[in-house]
Amino acid sequence: MRLSWFNVVSLTLGFAFLYIPMVILVIFSFNESKLVTVWAGFSTKWYGELVQNEAFLNAAWVTVKVAVFSSTLATVLGTMAAYVLIRGGRFLGRTLFSGMIYAPLVMPEVITGLSLLLLFIGLGLDRGVLTVVLAHTTFSMCYVSVVVSSRLATFDRSLEEAALDLGCSPMEAFRLVTLPIIAPAVISGWLLAFTLSLDDLVIASFTTGPSATTLPIKIFSAVRLGVSPEINALSTIMIAIVTVGVITASLISKRSLVRQKKDEQQAIRTQ
Amino acid sequence: MQTAEFAPWEDPQQKPLIRFQNVTKRFGEFTAIHDLSLDIFEREFFALLGPSGCGKTTMMRMLGGFETPTEGRIELAGQDIGPVPPNKRATNMMFQSYALFPHLSVWDNIAFGLRRDKKSKEQVAARVEEMLKLTRLEKFSRRKPHQISGGQRQRVALARSLAKAPKLLLLDEPLGALDKKLRQDTQFELMDIQETTGTTFVIVTHDQEEAMTVASRVAVMDEGRLMQVATPARIYETPESVYVADFIGDVNIVHGKATASGKEQYRIDWSDTLPPLTATSAKPFSDGQDCHLAIRPEKVAISTERPEAADNVVQGTVHDIAYLGNLSTYHVALPGGTIIKAQTANTRRISRRHITWEDPVWLSWTATAGVLLAE
Amino acid sequence: MRRFVLISVPYLWLLLLFLIPFIIVLKISLSDTALSIPPYAPALDWAEGIGAFLGQLDFENFVWLTEDDLYWKAYLSSLWIALVSTAFTLLFGYPIAYGMARAPEEWRPTLMMLVILPFWTSFLIRVYAWMGILSNEGFLNQLLLWLGIVDTPLTILNTNTAVYIGIVYTYLPFMILPIYAALDRLDGSLIEAAEDLGCSRLLAFWLVTIPLSRNGIVAGCFLVFIPALGEFVIPSLLGGSGTLMIGKVLWEEFFSNRDWPVASAVAVVLLLILVIPIVLFQRNQQKQAEAEQ
Repeated sequence: MRLSWFNVVSLTLGFAFLYIPMVILVIFSFNESKLVTVWAGFSTKWYGELVQNEAFLNAAWVTVKVAVFSSTLATVLGTMAAYVLIRGGRFLGRTLFSGMIYAPLVMPEVITGLSLLLLFIGLGLDRGVLTVVLAHTTFSMCYVSVVVSSRLATFDRSLEEAALDLGCSPMEAFRLVTLPIIAPAVISGWLLAFTLSLDDLVIASFTTGPSATTLPIKIFSAVRLGVSPEINALSTIMIAIVTVGVITASLISKRSLVRQKKDEQQAIRTQ
Repeated sequence: MQTAEFAPWEDPQQKPLIRFQNVTKRFGEFTAIHDLSLDIFEREFFALLGPSGCGKTTMMRMLGGFETPTEGRIELAGQDIGPVPPNKRATNMMFQSYALFPHLSVWDNIAFGLRRDKKSKEQVAARVEEMLKLTRLEKFSRRKPHQISGGQRQRVALARSLAKAPKLLLLDEPLGALDKKLRQDTQFELMDIQETTGTTFVIVTHDQEEAMTVASRVAVMDEGRLMQVATPARIYETPESVYVADFIGDVNIVHGKATASGKEQYRIDWSDTLPPLTATSAKPFSDGQDCHLAIRPEKVAISTERPEAADNVVQGTVHDIAYLGNLSTYHVALPGGTIIKAQTANTRRISRRHITWEDPVWLSWTATAGVLLAE
Repeated sequence: MRRFVLISVPYLWLLLLFLIPFIIVLKISLSDTALSIPPYAPALDWAEGIGAFLGQLDFENFVWLTEDDLYWKAYLSSLWIALVSTAFTLLFGYPIAYGMARAPEEWRPTLMMLVILPFWTSFLIRVYAWMGILSNEGFLNQLLLWLGIVDTPLTILNTNTAVYIGIVYTYLPFMILPIYAALDRLDGSLIEAAEDLGCSRLLAFWLVTIPLSRNGIVAGCFLVFIPALGEFVIPSLLGGSGTLMIGKVLWEEFFSNRDWPVASAVAVVLLLILVIPIVLFQRNQQKQAEAEQ
């Protein structure tokens, strides 16, 4: 298919719009001047300052800790929930259950954050890393369960039945057959939960206490006062990590796809 | 192949391996199986045949333990297996989709069931090798399922389900995914393997040719009921109902009224203008009873001259000819508009070419050629 | 037994951390403000029993929401901002999705990845990037001055315009992906058939392509509209003091005024407003799922 000039223009403008702001952000992180908008020569000094900024480093550490715990917990709970949704059959309150899975996806963060905060106060829980982990687990488990359940829905059920037929208990069938096959979906669910947790400002602001300031909270309070080259440097690092991660992941999946196609062709030839 | 003596269903002393006793299965409002009783014997190759939705797959899934009967009892070797979960049953199943584990190699797929039995490494390896040899898959043992062809996958699925030496092997449309040529070869392979291993096979299929080829007995099902259970030859030659006659192979059905005309012989009045037909039947019909005469096309002779001695003779014109290579089927229109099919083997090259469209022809068959059916 | 555990663990988790918090919000929205900690009365006292507690509830906070025009103006302005930005996102997103669907097969995975990549990047950073561009001495104004299009810098940052730009920018992938998915499924021979039957290119697009991508358009619009309505980060970083959005009002009510009952009432009303688009969205998704079967 040949691209018409209209398609070329709309694609070019579209991707320019998506990427130019980030490119500018990255460029100005290497600016000598304190003024983010006026170019005054190349320098990496803001990265140096960032590395020495303990408040940022602490916040980054808290954020990673929260993200690891909450995404892992969310993956376990979300996978269970997906399994219940797809394979659980009928049980009391199934509609409520699936409603509670889908509702957090469209819930404004301010409401989720507010309601969880009120719960933690009601329970008398001290706000800190634990409460943020609980909050993040709750909303990200719903994302995980959506990702995993869409994989489970297309999963050939006779594979599980074959495992049972060959002598597996239901638990063994899940561990030896279902889990290895849905693993890619579970991993992307984990990554999604991890990213959501890293990224979250609003819910963390509501549910955290002074002891656990996460990186987004720190960035937010800094940028409220205006742009600063240090934040540009931090953003650049985060963008770089994500870019490398996403590109690697897509290359790996592309390679395995190519290999599979080749294998299949070979299978046809050697038949 | 089945020896002439292998007919345990005719011996009242034989204990069946599987016994369905008044089994009913409902899914909500829908009744998949209606009060069905059936015995299957050891070493049988038993086929459940029927159109989709007739309940044959439900029967098989009840044997495998994936469904439980709503009413009635299923016995395996005299023991009620209703409450036994699939992983504790001495049955194995070969799935329609093969259900090969995509993350495991051919070798590991076959070893999967054996490992569940806590067998030693050596025992597992020996049995897997034996199965690979039986199914001629030695070369492919290290490959993953997506790296082998459809026919090879089918053999892996068979090897995997046979590895645990089950009392009963269930095969759900085992050849459905293969193309026609490969399917025919594999049918004979399946029969050989069944013979060698001495396992009882129950196969589910909608392909009547396949059922006729492989099975010692065939059960024809429709809407959750057994229509007839018999050997392939009996199903074909003496169907018990119009449904069975029509489902298996090609058939001419003539509807009329029976009148006794001799010992086990009846006159069938079927047309206002054409002469009555003659047919024999061991089953009695009362005078004036509604009946259907089922005649296979290959038992109807076609000729350009009126045949001398025949019990039934009708004249018509050739309406259509289907040339199938080895056979030709003539569709002959009778004066009333009825179409009768006649089939001849093309034993000589370009034979019978003198019969062509719109030709007037004579059809004839003997009194014993057809089966007289009440319904 | 195993099944019971499997069902009950995620079920209880969601009941405790999703449903009960809502009931608490609802309950507090019906309480009075008090100068105590927690700053509302009657306090959550399970021992007192539900009967006693229902007696003390009143709708004062909801009445307050209707009386103070700050709130209903904020709701209206949120709806308006969400609506306008959704329209702009569709206007920008559709041509991109269309271009992607028409692009050569081997480019598509790359284009797809380019659309998804910003989604994995921090939302906060993407909003922040625009602060540097839109400010008075920002990149955009420098460019416009240099080109001679304007004489004095335009004030864009801290206005509603900046909020529109921010929403369109951050939610664009949500619009592109469902539309692209719908267009990608579209059978190319349908367009050829329409042209064969005498449609011009443009007419074929209008009569065939648009109706067949309708589900994608509807899904994309809801995916932008619903979160935009409750948006907090964008109005607070890019918007000005005049930008009224309900997410921001709720935040300020809670953190600055410490008026928890009113904040809760604001949340309850926002939720009620959201129920309509959410239900419509679910229905659209269901219809699509049925159509695919």
